[in-house]
Amino acid sequence: MHELSIALNLIDLANEEAQRHEGRVSALHVKLGRLSGVVQAALLSSFEVAAYGTPIEGARLVIEEVPTVIYCRECSAKRELEFMASLFCPVCGSSGTELLQGKEMELTSLEMQL
Amino acid sequence: MSESPRIVEVRKNILKQNDAVARALRDCFHSSGVFVASLVSSPGSGKTMLLEKILTLLQPQYRVAALVGDLATENDARRLARSGAPVKQIITGTVCHLDATMVSKALENWNVGELDFLFIENVGNLVCPSSYDLGEDLRVVLTSVTEGEDKPLKYPTIFHGADIAVLTKMDLAKAAEFDEEAAIASINAVRPGIDILRVSAKTGLGVKDFLNELVRRRERSAAFSRIAMSTQSI
Repeated sequence: MHELSIALNLIDLANEEAQRHEGRVSALHVKLGRLSGVVQAALLSSFEVAAYGTPIEGARLVIEEVPTVIYCRECSAKRELEFMASLFCPVCGSSGTELLQGKEMELTSLEMQL
Repeated sequence: MSESPRIVEVRKNILKQNDAVARALRDCFHSSGVFVASLVSSPGSGKTMLLEKILTLLQPQYRVAALVGDLATENDARRLARSGAPVKQIITGTVCHLDATMVSKALENWNVGELDFLFIENVGNLVCPSSYDLGEDLRVVLTSVTEGEDKPLKYPTIFHGADIAVLTKMDLAKAAEFDEEAAIASINAVRPGIDILRVSAKTGLGVKDFLNELVRRRERSAAFSRIAMSTQSI
């Protein structure tokens, strides 16, 4: 349950931007990789608690899930993984793979009333 | 309602503050010549016992120290201190993982330049520590034979972020009907190609191999640092 720490970091980042643009944040857009180790539902409820009493209170948290994508050196191709339990190539079964995406934990943009 | 909202691009890692502190720690560790290894696992899989052995065995030749994180108590620090190495407990309170700032604070009065190895034992937890970079050179994930063979499949993120996997409590393998092949296959599935070691801190099985691996990785890291420094000065 580290989602609360992540929510607090998120609010700090959003506050910084809000001050810089002198605006009020109405929504936060976040990208979360399936391998990021963050549980969406837990982040959403932590966010509400963490935002309480801050200038971010009441803003929406919009989470975009980023699928796990590997590059298989055997097939010379990118593959999206359905299940995160194995990083082997789902087509040829090779273990010669590299993780291309899936660990993202990024605040991509803010919706602001300026 | 006022005007429609404006979209402001941010594109920042949510944990950017932790990452910045971790980067500063890593730079400091490299310039001081200390090799830093962290240990992650679920609670009770044998981090402290293995670390106590390692601290003891490394000491004749190397200057070693350890930080250990727990939600409460200084029990683990006391156990590790029996090795004679400097040890500091980080009490996290309700926090389920160590972060770079906690490590940085714990090191405030230490001169890491006087160390060859620094070990960081994370809070026992297979989920949360995976998100936080601590500035370490090496992350070791441990899983004990009593936890079953599929822990890596259930908690892939922590295994994916590790550099070495260690199967612990091998002396209990038979009693636990541990299927070593299946466990190794699970680890390989989530982290293809990772080095896997088998140890029993109790009987000493594999402890020497783990120790040699640490020494080898430290030498390799020092060689890289030298190359990096010499190319910087050109």
